[in-house]
Amino acid sequence: MIPAAFEYVRPTTVDEAVQAVAEGGEDVKIMAGGQSLIPVMRLRLAAPETVVDLGRVAEMRGVRDEGDALVIGAMTTHAEVVTDPLIAQHAKLIAEATETVADRQTRRRGTFGGALAHADPAGDLPAVALALDAQMVIAGPSGRRTVPASEFFVDYLTTTLDEGEVLVEIRVPKLAGDWGVRYEKFNRVAQAWSIVAVAAAVRRENGHIAEARIGLTNMGPTPLRASATEAALAGAAASPDAVAQAARSAAEGTSPSSDLNAQADYREHLAQVLTRRAVATAAGL
Amino acid sequence: MTRVSMRVDGVTYTDEVEPRTLLVHHLREALGKVGTVVGCDTSNCGACTVHLDGQAVKSCTVLAVQADGAEVTTIEGIAEPGGALHPVQKAFHEMHGLQCGYCTPGMIMASIDLLKENPDPSDAEVREGIEGNLCRCTGYQNIVRAVQQAAGEMKSSSAGTAAPETTGAQA
Repeated sequence: MIPAAFEYVRPTTVDEAVQAVAEGGEDVKIMAGGQSLIPVMRLRLAAPETVVDLGRVAEMRGVRDEGDALVIGAMTTHAEVVTDPLIAQHAKLIAEATETVADRQTRRRGTFGGALAHADPAGDLPAVALALDAQMVIAGPSGRRTVPASEFFVDYLTTTLDEGEVLVEIRVPKLAGDWGVRYEKFNRVAQAWSIVAVAAAVRRENGHIAEARIGLTNMGPTPLRASATEAALAGAAASPDAVAQAARSAAEGTSPSSDLNAQADYREHLAQVLTRRAVATAAGL
Repeated sequence: MTRVSMRVDGVTYTDEVEPRTLLVHHLREALGKVGTVVGCDTSNCGACTVHLDGQAVKSCTVLAVQADGAEVTTIEGIAEPGGALHPVQKAFHEMHGLQCGYCTPGMIMASIDLLKENPDPSDAEVREGIEGNLCRCTGYQNIVRAVQQAAGEMKSSSAGTAAPETTGAQA
């Protein structure tokens, strides 16, 4: 299987990339690592007129410390994220989830920003970005804007990125205090997508759970927060019983799909079980 | 057409390619590097794995134009110039880490990448490290054994280089 013919543009700066997208015609696709786009193009589910390859935009790659936040370049590969010392120190949840993405080879090419912009509901990183209250920095013809993760994911494979816009970097606020994190993923076989997964960050204080942030993967067309469980955990005892009780409401407000891997009610069950496990581990129980 | 230049197994090639050409097709059809095979053509099986600037990638999921300026190593480029097999090739042979052999080029290239990152993996880490490579003949038992044997050999040979005084004791 070979993709349909396209024009190929390889900018070296963000400004050039935005310009290339603007000049690319009616149907432009922006390629980050290509690990989702190339398969889709091979199947001819996408046949863009122009592909703008961000692979040489050096300013979009790498992680930097900006005091209260880490800034992760959108073109930082999954393999780089997994081994980055700043992420290990300040945003371990991202590294833990990224280790479960696809396989070794795909993590060498696939990128953090590409996975977020692709917005696959079964992708692991959108729920993590949502749980960590990440901010998306977007460049477009009229300059830059910043969008919180809670407004970035709009629908199935759809984000708030407008035509002509490029996701440049992701600001991840550092967790201050005594936080534990855990990504619990359920799938059937190696390298498969999440059937359901749960990203949890929990702050403990004096034997209690002061705050919990829980992102759900594949429980609807977009990543979701388990808001009812988060509310139940705020101030709860850091005990297995309290966590189990709170986790029972993890699927509230979700709308999971039914497919070959799982029916919706099974996904709701998984969300509860995985939330319990993720929160318990993150809370050190 | 786009001009691309890449160094493949130590030789530089410059060609005009269509942007839609996949790296695996470029390697096989333009450069004759048929040791790298197309398995599933859906990014799953890993049979087409090569090293791009030293990192294992699925060459069916990379465009040839993306490899412009890169160093590509295929299964044909890992043996010694005199023909002595790479320790991972040798171990797959000795431990019978194959049946039909179709997945083997990709298995070996993924395993080399794994061992570079983790020279002393557990069996579970080997299985996880090659999760992007499928064998449909006979399972993974001998493949894991082969990777472990190669790890042992590469470790003792690199220990020999780093600290020659210990090689006598190990031998």
